[in-house]
Amino acid sequence: MIIDVHAHFYHDLSPRADWELRNESRLKAGAKIGIQYHVASILGSWGRTSPIYFPSPTDATAGNDALLALQRTNPTTIRGYACVNPNYTDHAVSEIVRCLRAGMVGIKLAASRRANDPLLDPICEVALEHGVPILHHIWQGRRGDWPGQDASNGMELAALARRHPKVTFILAHIGGGGDWLDTLHIVHDSKNVFVDLSGSGVDGGMLESCLFTVGADRLLWGSDLTMCTGLAKLRYLEYLLDRRDYEMVAGGNAERIFPAHAFRGTAR
Amino acid sequence: MIDVNAFLGPYPFRQVPGTSPEDLLRAMARVRIDTAWVSHLTTLFWRDPAAGNRWLYEVTAQEPKLRPVPAVHPGMGDWLEAIEEAIARDAPCVRCDPNFFGLAPTGAEVRALVAACGERNLPLLTAVRLEDGRQRHPNDTARDLTPAQVRTLIRAHPKTRIVVTHADREFIEQVHYGSTPQEANRIFWDICWIWGPPEDHLEHLLQSIGPERFVFGTGQPLRLPETSVAKLDLIDLAPETRRPIESGTATGLGRR
Repeated sequence: MIIDVHAHFYHDLSPRADWELRNESRLKAGAKIGIQYHVASILGSWGRTSPIYFPSPTDATAGNDALLALQRTNPTTIRGYACVNPNYTDHAVSEIVRCLRAGMVGIKLAASRRANDPLLDPICEVALEHGVPILHHIWQGRRGDWPGQDASNGMELAALARRHPKVTFILAHIGGGGDWLDTLHIVHDSKNVFVDLSGSGVDGGMLESCLFTVGADRLLWGSDLTMCTGLAKLRYLEYLLDRRDYEMVAGGNAERIFPAHAFRGTAR
Repeated sequence: MIDVNAFLGPYPFRQVPGTSPEDLLRAMARVRIDTAWVSHLTTLFWRDPAAGNRWLYEVTAQEPKLRPVPAVHPGMGDWLEAIEEAIARDAPCVRCDPNFFGLAPTGAEVRALVAACGERNLPLLTAVRLEDGRQRHPNDTARDLTPAQVRTLIRAHPKTRIVVTHADREFIEQVHYGSTPQEANRIFWDICWIWGPPEDHLEHLLQSIGPERFVFGTGQPLRLPETSVAKLDLIDLAPETRRPIESGTATGLGRR
């Protein structure tokens, strides 16, 4: 089974006029690749009415509603992460619970607050209570501030993971730009941190380093914004790995860390 | 398939596996690439590329699947001889990456090289970048090539043909639509940095500016060669459209 743990969809409240085409393209490419499940998030209004990485509570809810609608119209292929802004703690917690009850299977935290901030603790407690993973946006090897986001680095996520050892974290897009070697050296012994391979980066040696430092049992395949690089990584993993390890990275590890109902039949 | 954008030899800024000729041939076989145009990666950063080019000629002379793309530094006294040697050794093109050499990309030296290539009907290859700007080594401060610089270079001589690697959609469109049709027809783009679905940048470009402007390139071993194959596989391309991108256009790029 191939599970894309890092997908995105768009909606009519986002700034893109071509949002439907992009959604269709993702599903069409997914069918070609053989993706059974796109585990996706929508980041608020994608910048139209509040910043992408700092969505207002209203926009976070609207984005989640749009994703729930997509999950309902594609019940055999789309699964959702509830995307929230931890600066609005009460809203974040109640929104996560609402979305999980409506059938979402995980939590998405982008870059509204650094990962090691105590404001994320209540969110981790909800994740633990409901048995869902948290996908956290990471800027690999970030040393300073980047415009438009309070991006976290691997060290900050590792600190959060130490505070919540029973929660599973997905470190987003190791190929999404930045110093991936820095990240891998930090999280190699963070056993509750899984590394998602998505991103446009297809550097020679990156997958080998992921396998060497983190190991096949903690790697998750994903695409993010570029499915061609995702397909390339799948093909190279098929070359690098034996069948068992390939299947774990392609989807088996995702099956382990998401709720048991997540990838059975149709969405609730 | 012909990969117009491949390298041999170490990269100065990080350890990259698969940089030997044997490794490259194995990777080519893995993704069914028949021929690769190769440069010596380290040479792109040397003050004098001659020694790297010598090694490149020796290696490629022994392996017909590898064709040499020597680096030419137009600030060196013997750069015209380097071009003549490339022609004598049947190189499909020469390359110059001015920012890595510390040269002004549109300065007199580079424009003289462009003109010399044009006069000899020898294509010139240049890379916009080699790595994503977000991940570069702190000491890798060379700037990316800009669309304006490519527009200037293509105007430096009416016959020069330029192969540009590692360009994205926005870059390509800014050069293409910022050039006359005659100028744009002398520029060829490798596909390694252009996004596939769901953004569908490659599909859009093939429809908007035409498949005849594109050649297959990978940037291997700095990048996985599977990527360029994957993005073609994810588009519904008729064989008569795909074949020229994979090899036909590059084959026709040789000296006329």
